[in-house]
Amino acid sequence: MKLDLRLPIGLMFSIIGALLAVFGVASDPAIYQRSLGINVNLWWGLVLLVFGLVMLWLVRRGTARS
Amino acid sequence: MPQIQLGGIDYAILVVYFVFVLGIGWALRRFVRSSEDFFLSGRSIPTWIAGLAFLSANLGAQEVIGMAASGAKYGMMTSHFYWIGAIPAMVFVGLFMMPFYYGSRARSVPEYLRLRFDEKTRGLNAITFAAMTVLSSGISMYALAKLLELVLGWNFHASVLVSAAIVLVYIFLGGLTSAIYNEVVQFFLIVLGFLPLVLLGLRDLGGWSGLSAQLEPVATSAGYPAGAWSESWRHLGSAEANPMGVEWFGLVMGLGFVLSFGYWCTDFLVVQRAMAAESMTAARRTPLLAAVPKMLFPLLVIVPGMIAIALHHSRGGLLPIGADGTPNYNLAVPVLLAHYLPSGLLGLGLTALMASFMSGMAGNVTAFNTVWTYDIYQSYIKPGRSDRHYLRMGHAATVFGILLSVVAAYAATRFNNIMDMLQLVFAFVNAPLFATFLLGMFWRRTTGHGAFFGLLIGTLAAAAHHGLTLPHGAVPGIKGAFLGTALHMYPSEMAQNFWTAIVAWTSCFVATVVISLATTRHKTDEELRGLVYSLTPRITDHELVWYKRPAALGIAVLALTLVLNIVFW
Repeated sequence: MKLDLRLPIGLMFSIIGALLAVFGVASDPAIYQRSLGINVNLWWGLVLLVFGLVMLWLVRRGTARS
Repeated sequence: MPQIQLGGIDYAILVVYFVFVLGIGWALRRFVRSSEDFFLSGRSIPTWIAGLAFLSANLGAQEVIGMAASGAKYGMMTSHFYWIGAIPAMVFVGLFMMPFYYGSRARSVPEYLRLRFDEKTRGLNAITFAAMTVLSSGISMYALAKLLELVLGWNFHASVLVSAAIVLVYIFLGGLTSAIYNEVVQFFLIVLGFLPLVLLGLRDLGGWSGLSAQLEPVATSAGYPAGAWSESWRHLGSAEANPMGVEWFGLVMGLGFVLSFGYWCTDFLVVQRAMAAESMTAARRTPLLAAVPKMLFPLLVIVPGMIAIALHHSRGGLLPIGADGTPNYNLAVPVLLAHYLPSGLLGLGLTALMASFMSGMAGNVTAFNTVWTYDIYQSYIKPGRSDRHYLRMGHAATVFGILLSVVAAYAATRFNNIMDMLQLVFAFVNAPLFATFLLGMFWRRTTGHGAFFGLLIGTLAAAAHHGLTLPHGAVPGIKGAFLGTALHMYPSEMAQNFWTAIVAWTSCFVATVVISLATTRHKTDEELRGLVYSLTPRITDHELVWYKRPAALGIAVLALTLVLNIVFW
């Protein structure tokens, strides 16, 4: 493959996930009234972060093998 | 509706996305050495990437917004556009047509038509296809910019120009590879950006059963059976019993057969992604792999519309009411984003919307520059030049393809009727196309004259059918009956469209067979090797483990789709 596509995907979702999670911790809880009282930024940010890190781990495993 | 206010975090997410999209184009620029690299990714794309791009190129903003709008307007029946109107055709193109597309080494769908039939059939397809892609990317650009203006207060011109410029840069740099790689990024962004919306909505309404219960008053107040918005097949016995106004035969034949196979099996925009795959097996698996997420997409794009209409009905006036007194269904997604998502995820949702728009536009632009360069420029304007020359033309075609789209977007603001009319004409041209491919691939007796005049007759039949019928409650004109009288009234516009397609396909099929039998065949069996089923060696796949064989994948995909149809019957 020319460029391991999992690398930019992993990086992008890790960055966006981290941004959202940090914002979720720092933001005023009042804004989560509309999302049924759930701090969706924190939780979904963590989901994206895990997804991004798994992608990056796959890249590392791929390069280690070849 | 009140405008959505975005915060710093929302813009930050949008900027991160833009940086990555452009960065991928930049990183790929050094891999573009020949025209084959630029237009076909050097045929080197692995299955999973080609498959997700195959899906994503079709997933434009109009798909996301339009399917949610249909979900609100017609409910769960909209899933037929996926489970009947896409999956079977995707399996068919993977198993039965890809061997000819990929095996013939044709560089585009029109080029396949030249190899199989003759120059005039290719010319007809190439020119209408090129015009249609530019027009449709312009119209979706217009739709997106209008939406952003309405919900965010963004400047219409800025939205058009910035989104066009970004797509231009990344395709110009990295060609089809860049478009495909970005389509995969966009695929993940669309899924992960819209999923929280669906999860929150379903949680709010009490899951699927809660949603179904809340949709009952929506159906009964409109005069339909209680389950009309949450069941897909049960109300198709007669056109009066469901909000789409179609009956099962028109739906299965018109949408499930003619329109769906016509799009997924012959439209170069999607087929190009499979043609770029690294091997014959990868090319055949591309649409099959794409079918797996495709069958789950109703959850992501139709359910939000259903949630929006349920909320609109039970909690009063969520969707703005249009001038004709009906809710503005096209705003279902943006309204729901604003309703459930706080700053942060809101930015992610809007980024997903932008991503869907860009993937659709890039799909159009890459298909356009290829057909323009190989099938029009190299064939009719300047044949026999060096590969470098055509690579340069590919770059130039990317620029003027996008410029033409921008022009079309502005034309849509001024001359809406002309745009509607052009789209109608293209629909007439497309409707019969699958008959030509089916006969061409599976009946070696089909001749070039048969294909060409069959297509023309099918197109004329479509126009005549549309011109002599009218959907219920419409005035004669663009909606039908433009030939003077309405010989038949359809219960809905959708029923009319489905039957126009059926008429076009049948006319083309019969005309192609008759004309082929009356004319002599110019291509020898030797020339048709690899292009026609009976003259091409079978692919056996014995060397693959059974679960990796395309046939096994295809059967699994169809079985899963059947299960979904039964669950949501």
